[in-house]
Formats: sequence, C-alpha cells, structure tokens
Amino acid sequence: MAELKIIGLLLLLLGGAVGGAAVMTWFERRVLGIWQDRLGPNRVGPFGIVLVAADMLKLLGKHDWVPPFADRPVFIFAPTAIVVAMLLGFAVVPYAPNVMVIDMNIGLLFFLGMTSIAVYSVLLGGLASHNKYSLLGGLRSAAQMVSYEVFMGLSLMGVVMLTGSFSLIDIVLAQEDLWFAVTQPLGLFVFVIAGLAESHRLPFDLPEAEHELTAGFHTEYGGMKFAMFMLGEYLGLILISCMITTLFLGGWQGPWLPPLVWFPIKTLAVILFFILLRAAIPRPRYDQLMSLGWKVMLPITLINLVVTGGVALWLSEGGF
Amino acid sequence: MTLTLFLFYLSAAIALGSTALALTRANAAHALIFLIVSLLAIAVLFFFLGAPFAAALEIVIYAGAIMVLFVFVVMMLNLSEGSREQERAMLDFSQWWLPGLLTAILLAELVYVLTAIDSESTVRAVMPKEVGLSLFGPYVLGVELASMLLLAGLVGAYHLGHHFLRRNRGRSE
Repeated sequence: MAELKIIGLLLLLLGGAVGGAAVMTWFERRVLGIWQDRLGPNRVGPFGIVLVAADMLKLLGKHDWVPPFADRPVFIFAPTAIVVAMLLGFAVVPYAPNVMVIDMNIGLLFFLGMTSIAVYSVLLGGLASHNKYSLLGGLRSAAQMVSYEVFMGLSLMGVVMLTGSFSLIDIVLAQEDLWFAVTQPLGLFVFVIAGLAESHRLPFDLPEAEHELTAGFHTEYGGMKFAMFMLGEYLGLILISCMITTLFLGGWQGPWLPPLVWFPIKTLAVILFFILLRAAIPRPRYDQLMSLGWKVMLPITLINLVVTGGVALWLSEGGF
Repeated sequence: MTLTLFLFYLSAAIALGSTALALTRANAAHALIFLIVSLLAIAVLFFFLGAPFAAALEIVIYAGAIMVLFVFVVMMLNLSEGSREQERAMLDFSQWWLPGLLTAILLAELVYVLTAIDSESTVRAVMPKEVGLSLFGPYVLGVELASMLLLAGLVGAYHLGHHFLRRNRGRSE
C-alpha cells in the first residue's frame, strides 16, 4: 500500500511539476503583460491559455538538429541534466504533513546538491556547442553559479542553526509560532537573490544575455532540446519558490485553510514576486553581478551566521 | 536486504567503470563527465553505507563545485584536436605499463589487508549531528588545520590578483 501511495505521489508530482512549468510559460508572459501595461498572449483559447499547447506542438514539430561541429553525445546529454536534477529536487519538498516523497535528515543538503548538479546542463551545453557565444555563456554561468552557490548554502545555515536539523519537515515544524522570514530576514534576502542567480533568470540571465551573446549557452539548440532547457529553468523557478515557502514562510502551515491549499498559495506568491523582479529590475553588468556577490552577499551572510549563532547560543543558555 | 546489496554493487560497478573511462578518454571534457558520474556513484555508495551526510557533501562539494571548476578550466583552455592527439599518444601502452603494474601491486596489498581484517564491523547510520559533534569535538584540530590551509590559499590568490590589478591600474576601465 505504501509503495502504491509513493508511486501515485510521484506521478502526481511529475505531472504537476512539468505541467506547472508549461503553464508557467504562459502565466509569466500574461502577468508581465499586465505589469507592463499591455495585453500579453490573449488570442488562443480563453485568456490565451491554449498557447501552451500551441507552443508545445511547435517545439515538437521542429527539426531536431545537431550541428555537425558540435560534440554530439555531450550536446544531446546536456539538456537532460537540468530537468532530471530539478525534478529530483522536488522529492524532498514537504507539501503537507504526510505528502512528500521522502523525509531525509539531509533533505536541505540534497536540494543544494541537486541545484549544483543542474549547473552542468548550462556548462556542458555551452562547451559542446563549439560556438563562441555558447562558450562565453557557459563560462559566465560557471563563475556565476559557483559563486552564488556559496551564499545560497551559507544563507540557509541560519535556518538550520535555529532548527537544529537539515530535515525539511523539522524546519517547517520549527516555524509553528514564527516564520523564519521574521527571524532570518538577511538569510531570506540572500537566498532570494542567490536563488534567482542559480535559476539564471532575468535579471540574472547573464549566461544567455541575448543583447550581447545572441542566446548564450543555447544558441545552437532548437526544438525539443531547447524546450528542455526552458523546462529546466521553469522547474528551477518553481523549486526555488517551493523551498522559500518551506524554509522561510512556514511551509504548509496557516490558519483556516488546509495545508494542501496553503502551500500552493504561498508558492504562487513567491513565483509572482520573482516574475515582478523580472519586470522591474534591469540586467546588471557581468562584473557588477560578481562583485555584488562577493562584496555584498558574502559579508551579509557571514554577519547573519555570526549573529544567529550568538543569539542561538544565548537563548540556549537561558537568555537573561 | 538483497535489493540494497544489489544496488550497492551496481553503484560500485558504475563507479569503477566510469573511473576507468575517465582515465582512458582522450577528450578532456568527456573524461570530466565520467569523473562526475564516478563521484555521484561514490555518493550513492556512502548513502548505502549509512553516511548520508558524507554522501550529500560528496555531491555538493565534489560533484557540484570542484568539478564545475575543472570544467570551467577546460572551457577556458578551449582544447583543440592537437591536444587530443597528444593525449592519445600518452595513452600508449609503453607509457602506462609501469605505473599500471605498480598500482596493481598496491591494489593486491589493499585487497589482502581488507580480507585479513574481520568484516564483522557493525554498520550503522551516522546522522549529521554526530558528524558535527565529532568534527568540533575530538577532531577540532583537523578542522582548524584545514581552515588555516584554506586561508593560506585565499591569501595566495589575493596576492596574485593584487599584483595583477596594480600593474594594470589605469589601463583598463
């Protein structure tokens, strides 16, 4: 029985995540349209939602082409890594008290590991294309991701300190009285920015930066392989939003409504915030992005760590 | 139990196979991909051995950060067909038979030692908290030494970059 439940949950999760990412492509364009005072895609079907199916048909119908100068096996392998890693990341997210695939005592580290594996997609895609724009995009993504991974991990250590566990269930339960967004505002700030940089979305999409690098690491990609990159990017967005909900916004907990309603509401709010950032903030220059990371983000996280550690120690000694 | 054992040996076989492939590839990028697979397989082995924390660190640090830097360097060098030819020449039998023989002797010794000690040691899961307690308890000296080594590396890197910046001041930007 337990196995059946897990398999059902897995199928539901797979459909939900991939379907959600597909709908997100339409939703994002629509919301961006509203914020930028235009209509957005509104022609196909009610509110234009059938556009998702139209896009999918177009991508499936395209010639699945591998450039003759590319490193063929790596070129084909690259787009799969990000999708697989991001989908695996969903396994540790606690959606409701009993609705999660696996509760590991290293859940948080597993999530961090999966986001760092996803980097290879962009890197290898850029390397295998044998194209100068792709190579530059891949190089940028390597530096950007490795840098922001550091702050991403460190910003979460305050949460881990206050909970005393890497298990995501424990982290959610520790927020019963007060969200970590209140007690860890610096951690939340750094995690949001690092999450944005890790999912390389606007304004931090330096690896693809279309005005200087054509399309960056996926210049040579088309059809379904390109769609896999996009799918991975949107899965990353959803996964980061799920993690922010779990780690800082109290997870499934909330008054009146059942847990399985609260979790999507909070996640959707975070996704909307990410889309708003995309609409509001211009893309920084590459060196600005790197110096922001090492000169602003790293000191902030270290101060946060020291203060949180001190307060946790002080509280465990009994306060005043 | 048998399924766990099967999965353990499967990931061990993957680790061995991908490491062998990583050694014999002439294309540096392909070799690195096999090395990443090998590290992931070792992480799975750690997980089966009851060390989930070590498994997670293996993925986050080795597969996720250090190997990214390796790939980064390969991209920076942009290796051409010439370097691949050079690499192929180095894989010639006359080049590797002696190191191979020496490693085989070491392997034989290792197998002998491993079979000599009794394998009745009790396997149990080690939680992250235990790892932390022992790292900052009896092994705190090791942690401090490692941090000093990292600091030395950091200072060295800063020194190199500092000279570069001072030489190029006023020329760029």
